[in-house]
Amino acid sequence: MEIAVIDYKGGNVQSVLFALERLGVQATLTSDPEVIQRADKVLFPGEGEAASAMRELRVQGLDQVLPTLTQPFLGICLGMQLLGQHSEEGGGTDLLGILPFNVIRFPAAPEYKVPHMGWNNLQALRTPLFAGLREEDYVYFVHSYFAPVGDYTIAQAEYPAPFSAAVQYQNFYAVQFHTEKSGPVGTRILENFLQL
Amino acid sequence: MLTKRIIPCLDIKDGRTVKGVQFEGLRDAGDPVALAARYAREGADELVFLDITATNQKRATLVALVRDVARELDIPFTVGGGIGTVADVEVLLLNGADKVSINSAALARPALIDELAARFGSQCIVVAADARYHAPDGWQIYTRAGTHNTGLDAVQWCREAAERGAGEILLTSMSNDGTKDGFALDITGAVSRAVSVPVVASGGAGSLQDFTNVFQQAHADAGLAASIFHFGEIGIRELKEHLRQDGIPVRL
Repeated sequence: MEIAVIDYKGGNVQSVLFALERLGVQATLTSDPEVIQRADKVLFPGEGEAASAMRELRVQGLDQVLPTLTQPFLGICLGMQLLGQHSEEGGGTDLLGILPFNVIRFPAAPEYKVPHMGWNNLQALRTPLFAGLREEDYVYFVHSYFAPVGDYTIAQAEYPAPFSAAVQYQNFYAVQFHTEKSGPVGTRILENFLQL
Repeated sequence: MLTKRIIPCLDIKDGRTVKGVQFEGLRDAGDPVALAARYAREGADELVFLDITATNQKRATLVALVRDVARELDIPFTVGGGIGTVADVEVLLLNGADKVSINSAALARPALIDELAARFGSQCIVVAADARYHAPDGWQIYTRAGTHNTGLDAVQWCREAAERGAGEILLTSMSNDGTKDGFALDITGAVSRAVSVPVVASGGAGSLQDFTNVFQQAHADAGLAASIFHFGEIGIRELKEHLRQDGIPVRL
């Protein structure tokens, strides 16, 4: 099985590579459209700021390639947000437009620090991505922006209102949390993705 | 519901884990990679590695250690100690660190916080602040491994750090560190109220109840400790069960 991890200077790709390595899977870190197009599975990790990530994707021509992919695709953290239409981050940024959500910032509140950082539980789980998981299982989040709940939502978390912890459209799956850093629960989600 | 985090801290010197009492009298407590893996299995929510001998020559050793830890670890970890430049941060993140913590370099040149946040995102930039209580002036920030008083007010500095783009504050009370008399509830609470980013409380943990207090009374988002975990005085699971009984949300 050929697994491509997209390299667009988007942050902590090494953690994703190590997580795959722990599963005995060899992945290729690449920004080459041809390698990405012919891979059996594509992972799209990401951290940092939406506008600079989109700039880098455009420089590499990946903004045109990614929406055309047909194999199972997993966005992680910023890699999930970038699949939406538009983000408030950085004064407003157009995203890849694969899913219909807009990305907005958590409102500041004394009891709810931003970034939303730490372990939170998953609810309303749908799709085989979460096979074998229980409602209320914990995963690790670090983010200041979020996608609201919609038809595309396949898992929710609350901070304090419900938001999309995971989304899906056709072959495009994505998780807001760091599945590569979420202990045995996160490992199971990665395993499930590799079996899609 | 977002849970409160329990974070073992591994102070690293020459590739080994040590923990000082009030930053003096270092003792050896084990192999960092083995400790990291053990803590992850026992339910630690995150780990912090502080390289207390970070010099230019030691940097390569630290990077190799970070890589070894990242390979083993399926929970997030932060690396700190002697980080002074964008290039320092980049090499640690590229080798698998999830967050970096900066301390003296941020005090020497606060704009470094802005630069790191802009380059890597606030979510991976932790500002570590070492505070000591001085009557009658209050809590003041120390720099260079706790050896120099900057004269800065602790709350004011933490607020500035957060405004400049720190995604988290790691607040160590030097007055409490190593005493096992409990966290510094007053300054932790004051900083937690003053900033809109998460606050990790550090220094002074000695009992299960100390963690309950820092979450309930000081509203810390995470509690960090070293020796009580390294020497097996408190187990992570035992601690989390205690917190749950006290009505504090934890991941069990």
